[in-house]
Amino acid sequence: MLTYTDFLLAMPLFSLTVTVLLIIATEAARVGRARFSQFLAITGLLVTSLLAGLNLRESGVAFQGMIATDAASSYLTILLSLAGIVTALVARPYFEHRDAHRGEFYILLLFAIIGMVLMASANDLITLFLGIELMSFCLYVLAGFERTKDKQNESALKYFLLGAFASAFLLYGIALIYGSVGSTNLDAIARAYAGISNQPLFLLGTAMLIVGLGFKVAAVPFHMWAPDVYEGAPTVVTGFMATAGKSAAFAALAIVMIRTFDIGGSTTADVLALLAAASMVLGNVVAIAQTNLKRMLAYSSVAHAGYLLAGVAAGTAEGFAGVFLYLTAYTVTTLGAFAVIGWHERTNDEGTSLDDYVGLSQHQPVIAAVMALYMFSLTGIPPFAGFIGKYYVFMAAVRADLTWLAIVGVLTSAVSAFYYLRVIVMMYFRERDGEHIPLPRIPVMIALGITAALVIVVGVLPSTVLQLFMPAM
Amino acid sequence: MLESYIPIFMMLALGVAFAVAMGKINEIVGPKRPSEEKLSTYESGMEPVRTARERFSVKFYMVAMLFIIFDIEVVFLYPWAVSFRSLGIQGFVTMLIFLSILLIGYYYVWRKGALEWD
Repeated sequence: MLTYTDFLLAMPLFSLTVTVLLIIATEAARVGRARFSQFLAITGLLVTSLLAGLNLRESGVAFQGMIATDAASSYLTILLSLAGIVTALVARPYFEHRDAHRGEFYILLLFAIIGMVLMASANDLITLFLGIELMSFCLYVLAGFERTKDKQNESALKYFLLGAFASAFLLYGIALIYGSVGSTNLDAIARAYAGISNQPLFLLGTAMLIVGLGFKVAAVPFHMWAPDVYEGAPTVVTGFMATAGKSAAFAALAIVMIRTFDIGGSTTADVLALLAAASMVLGNVVAIAQTNLKRMLAYSSVAHAGYLLAGVAAGTAEGFAGVFLYLTAYTVTTLGAFAVIGWHERTNDEGTSLDDYVGLSQHQPVIAAVMALYMFSLTGIPPFAGFIGKYYVFMAAVRADLTWLAIVGVLTSAVSAFYYLRVIVMMYFRERDGEHIPLPRIPVMIALGITAALVIVVGVLPSTVLQLFMPAM
Repeated sequence: MLESYIPIFMMLALGVAFAVAMGKINEIVGPKRPSEEKLSTYESGMEPVRTARERFSVKFYMVAMLFIIFDIEVVFLYPWAVSFRSLGIQGFVTMLIFLSILLIGYYYVWRKGALEWD
């Protein structure tokens, strides 16, 4: 029987759904132009984050154990709404410049966020799968949003084919886990875990689950799609995919592996640690060779998946907190970086090559400074958010006897400094002539302001952020 | 026990006999004036043998997709109709919400011209 609390706990999901239905209706009735849909989307996302904020201190299970709301899931809902707001802000200038601004963008964006929130608050493997599919379908379409552009078509098709393949693995893993536990409910699996954690059937199911989720977070060796898809997709979509998509998938991974399975010290944790090390090394080393900034950030996102996996492999409450803090840092930083790339494309004939950024500081010192801030944060230099994220994740790994993984992480971070700082070198220490570049439009400035401010706030006040999603810590 | 199956077997035997008899009678009595058109697999239909690398309109895809969406709706409607009384007012309201969501989708599809062939 449905109760009042059920609806209260799922309030953010309802507000998102109502918003998206409203946008569909107004879009069909042609009430306003695409910018009206943008306005509705941003308003809906603000309301959603407000409702999620009210739920921060609530926790409970709703809809017959399908959904679980707690501080962590409410916090992630706020983070995802924020990513949606920033994306919606930068989308209009980006697509208007390319003559492709349509209201459908916001419909797909919001549907994707509904899927992500569902993943973060899943209390059943079926809900988890439903959320992943809803998110993925929207991202497949968004990756090829300008359907007449070959590059975007290639990106969308590649993502769709490989993503469908990964979903099959995930679903088969869920089936095998159901076969060994007799339930898809995460609480039931958690209760049965101690007795079945060494059953071959269950381990096979877990392995397939890791393959499926590993694809969604772009961890080595399931990362092959990331560079091509990230490069081909519209930049605003890439930014959204790389941050919100990864956050939701990592939240799901953390919920299943740490909260439900309690993998600390098991073989599964060792497997995840190996994937983490492989992602860090490959992502960072290959990123050095990239000359295209979008492609470079794609490999860097593979490397960041590695750092995050280190937190999951730790398998402790500390690792869980580390993953969520890192996701916050990574999301705000990378969103900002992609906003800058999207803006820069417009001033520069869609150039995303590293050479296009030569001497940017002379023409647009403010934007160059903000971009430098993001790059410092991604490298992990204090006092910015990236440093705090890495600190918590590696600390959790060390405390869980994965010292070697933390060492690999720190060494590869040093490698990553090369390609992140190269962007700064390009912007500041090279000359460029040519005409003056105008400032970005106000929405982009707002988006950059929000993300840059958060990069500093998260870096300076990590314990305040931690307390939002981990009241006990 | 087994006697109760006798009518079924009788029905089965009659059915097979009727089908075979009809086919045979048609073969014996019916006139035969074959032509090239008549001997092809689909008379007045598509050619059975041709290249597989053919392009066909994306509109077919659209129709198929819309059909599936509104077809799935029935999957939910039937069980609801069967247990309408036991679900009570809550089931009714839930179904109304579900149908209104579908209706918004239908409105969108309609206004965007996806239901028009040209």
